[in-house]
Amino acid sequence: MSEKSILQTEQEIIEDFSLFDNWEDKYEYIIDLGKKLPLLEDEYKLEENKIKGCQSTVWLVASSTEGRLFFKADSDAVIVKGLISMLIQVLSGHRPEEIIAAKLDFIREIGMFAHLAQTRSNGLLAMIKQMKNYAIAYQALNSAQGKQD
Amino acid sequence: MKDVRLQFPILDRLVKDKPLVYLDNAATSQKPLAVIEALSHYYSHYNANIHRGIHTLAEEATAAYEATRYAVQDFIGAASVEEVIFTRGTTEAINLVAYTWGRQNIQAGDEIIISGMEHHSNIVPWQILCAEKSAVLKIIPVSDKGELSVQEYKALLSEKTKLVALVQVSNALGTVNPVKEMIEAAHQVGAKVLIDGAQSAVHLDIDVQQMDCDFFAFSGHKVYGPTGVGVLYGKKELLEAMPVFQGGGEMIKEVSFERTTYNELPYKYEAGTPNIADTIALKAALDFISGIGKEKIRKHEEALLAYATAELSAIPGLEIVGQAKEKVSLVSFNIKGIHPQDIGILLDNLGIAVRTGHHCTQPLMKRFGIPGTVRASFALYNQQEEIDVLVAGLHKTIKMLS
Repeated sequence: MSEKSILQTEQEIIEDFSLFDNWEDKYEYIIDLGKKLPLLEDEYKLEENKIKGCQSTVWLVASSTEGRLFFKADSDAVIVKGLISMLIQVLSGHRPEEIIAAKLDFIREIGMFAHLAQTRSNGLLAMIKQMKNYAIAYQALNSAQGKQD
Repeated sequence: MKDVRLQFPILDRLVKDKPLVYLDNAATSQKPLAVIEALSHYYSHYNANIHRGIHTLAEEATAAYEATRYAVQDFIGAASVEEVIFTRGTTEAINLVAYTWGRQNIQAGDEIIISGMEHHSNIVPWQILCAEKSAVLKIIPVSDKGELSVQEYKALLSEKTKLVALVQVSNALGTVNPVKEMIEAAHQVGAKVLIDGAQSAVHLDIDVQQMDCDFFAFSGHKVYGPTGVGVLYGKKELLEAMPVFQGGGEMIKEVSFERTTYNELPYKYEAGTPNIADTIALKAALDFISGIGKEKIRKHEEALLAYATAELSAIPGLEIVGQAKEKVSLVSFNIKGIHPQDIGILLDNLGIAVRTGHHCTQPLMKRFGIPGTVRASFALYNQQEEIDVLVAGLHKTIKMLS
């Protein structure tokens, strides 16, 4: 369960990034995040969990506990993995409706992977979309179950 | 060759506050002033629709447009100017052949041979055609060095072979294929041959008559010309016998609701108002190349290739993908334990433009068991110092990523 709101976590990331004064430090931070992101177990690296970018591949798995959505992900490229790590930090552990509503402005604010998120050269944009799709699916599931109760 | 850089204004710009090191020439080359000025001059002085107008502007535009056709004829050694068809690029040229000649001549059970190092543009149109006609696509295997075995190719040829569609120079590996010998072998079984010249046209001397290919395709933007214009060369008798590609203006002789007769070559295949400005500016690019001379350009590029190969090979963990005996000035490589995309992103922060990924040759990448490569491709304006910047950048990149 996440104690902070999506917006609060985004704000923290933006503040962290404002401390870096050169690109090397920013990237080293992201590369470090990528390396620290726990590897996805091979059993999850299935075709159905694969988000294919033009260059790198992302695997994304979602699960739900007590109405909250949790994500696990992996990539074969480490910078993308670092970016994924931030997305998970921001979105994982929140309710589907919060995830659906998230604007994810930090992507633009930290000013380094805006172009990465836009090109099809990686699975990042598709990954954000897929995270939101999971949220929509779980929201529908939750409300269907709510009605049954 | 140092002065030549002055002709390319873009080379002066900074990327991320660092001087641009442009090593993505196999994707598209930069444009010399002559090309930029030809575009601007056309729009500022004689923009008009061509072929039909009787006013001065239309006449000037038509003359300039047709002058490019003659320049292309000269550039590729075509026997006649009617054999030069303008297209949007190599991809459209190949599709034109697949949709016209292919639909007319390929029957169920026929075989089309391509190589394992084709660009998707020279795979997919034939897959579509084969699926439609129940024809069979055969693949010439690629060796570990990135070369085609002519022997294995010859074993694939038979009286069933109707077409061989072959890349002259691999965009992913740099390999120069022995097309003349391969064309001759195809002709012996009665097959036609299409050569994808997207990468070769800028580096090699092209003589379609001497090569004896039936079709040859290349793009303007990879020969220092504008995007959006390319060429299909075809032997006259083939182009005359083929059905039309797209219907519309320009390609017709007479239209009635009962029956339409088509224009003669080359206009038969150029429906609609063509890309006039870019086609006109293509001549400036070809003139630019011939003004320096391909021989001189090649000497410069070969020196760059040799230097880059030696310097890159010395980087620990770096493996060059594609070590053919005959290559153009392009080096594809991987660094052990590092994804090509990560290298590309970090090099970009150093102002270095390389290509990373599968280079639209996914089957070839699969053949080598890799997700992609980093590719540095050199043009006539590149310098040894830029290779030094690349090598230093790679050392920094490796340090950051490991």
